[in-house]
Amino acid sequence: MKKNWMEIPKGGLIVDTNTSLGNKTGDWRSLKPEFIPEKCIHCMKCVFYCPEACIPVTSGEHPKRLETNFDYCKGCGICAKACPKNAIIMKEEEKD
Amino acid sequence: MQKKPLTGAGASAEAMRQVNPDVVAAYPITPQTPIMEAFAQFVNDGKVSTELIRVESEHSAMSAVIGASSAGARAMTATSSVGLALMFEVVNAASGMRLPIVMPVVNRALSSPINIHCDHSDTMACRDAGWIQLYSENAQEAYDNMFLAQRLSEHPEILLPTMVMQDGFITSHSVEPVEVLDDETAKKFIGEYNPEHSLILSKKPVTFGALQLFDYYFETKRQQELAMDNVWRFYYSIAEELSQLTGRQYPMVEPYYTEDAKVILVALNSAASTIKAVVNKLRKQGKKAGLLKIRLFRPFPYSEVNQHLKGARHIGVFDRSYSFGANSPVLSEIKNALFEAESPPKVQGYIFGLGGRDLLESDIENVFEELFEGKSTQDKKYIGLRG
Repeated sequence: MKKNWMEIPKGGLIVDTNTSLGNKTGDWRSLKPEFIPEKCIHCMKCVFYCPEACIPVTSGEHPKRLETNFDYCKGCGICAKACPKNAIIMKEEEKD
Repeated sequence: MQKKPLTGAGASAEAMRQVNPDVVAAYPITPQTPIMEAFAQFVNDGKVSTELIRVESEHSAMSAVIGASSAGARAMTATSSVGLALMFEVVNAASGMRLPIVMPVVNRALSSPINIHCDHSDTMACRDAGWIQLYSENAQEAYDNMFLAQRLSEHPEILLPTMVMQDGFITSHSVEPVEVLDDETAKKFIGEYNPEHSLILSKKPVTFGALQLFDYYFETKRQQELAMDNVWRFYYSIAEELSQLTGRQYPMVEPYYTEDAKVILVALNSAASTIKAVVNKLRKQGKKAGLLKIRLFRPFPYSEVNQHLKGARHIGVFDRSYSFGANSPVLSEIKNALFEAESPPKVQGYIFGLGGRDLLESDIENVFEELFEGKSTQDKKYIGLRG
């Protein structure tokens, strides 16, 4: 439920921290990256290039990339462009 | 309180010295420059503890002041004409972020043609930018209005930036006796500034200037309108407090012999002084002439204006700027204010003084004469235009 005009902080200020946890921007997406794990060599290019930092990785000496976090992925496709193994393919977002 | 010989610019600088802002950022522009020259001298002489930032443009000046104000500082700048025009993008950001910045503006014509002299096209172009606008008749008001501005801007229920105007050269460069408050009295009136939210002073982290789209932008703008409404609620208590110290009155609009007047002229800034001289002369001849001077132009005091003007037969509205292809800014507001009066007076608009063209007492006498004769039209008239 969005707040009314008298309830929000003045001047468009954000007065709380960690507000991005509640403000999920993934619904802006029109294209969705499909991750094909069999092709992935875990080079981390997609992880570093992702402007939203929404590709999680495992910890440890040889980290592996995991499935994209679709709460925040906006479907920009940079990961697919950066991938040297075509392990990421951009597909039309399915309509609800 | 003591009297000092000060120019309008000197009076603004004197007020700034007494406010002692934490941060000032400015870029020189005629005819504002003497404000910053005088203030820079105060900084150099250790009379203020201000951090003075020399920037490369007015856009940067306002941006620096916005940054400082967001950090929790009392921050000021000053400008004129095309300098204000260059600031315009961030002028709106200052009000949108609800930063109580006070900025003296010395009115000067906008280019093109390039011109350094007085008219009001610069600040009238910013009348919808969400700033409080106070206009000053003379150096004394340029000084006094700075104190009103500071208190209005920083009022927690208002939190809007304020522009304090004075006429370029006519006021800014003319020496007048100005009654100056004692430093201690001024300091006490201004008080401490403790912002609720700031980048540095707040205990909790806060973000200024974040993105708002169709979800919240509208709501944030609605709050700015509420802040303007709150100027009505708190203006008179602040003005009264200042009156107690100075003995002068600070009505939103100043009536001068309006009560029984058949013809009333409406003007801002220094033109009001010249009109007062003519009103005095006509009153001695038994003519019922009057003046309504607008001090507060944003928010615009419609009901006060209506109250003072509705009894007259003819109103002459003096605009020192254009709204090309439409009613000029002051005329437009006066017509709005009178629209719902039962038998409204006839309103005649006059454009005068563009680019510093003189306004003579004889010009004003002619205007009064034609309005007493009932010669009022729907068209704009021009004072001092050749041909």
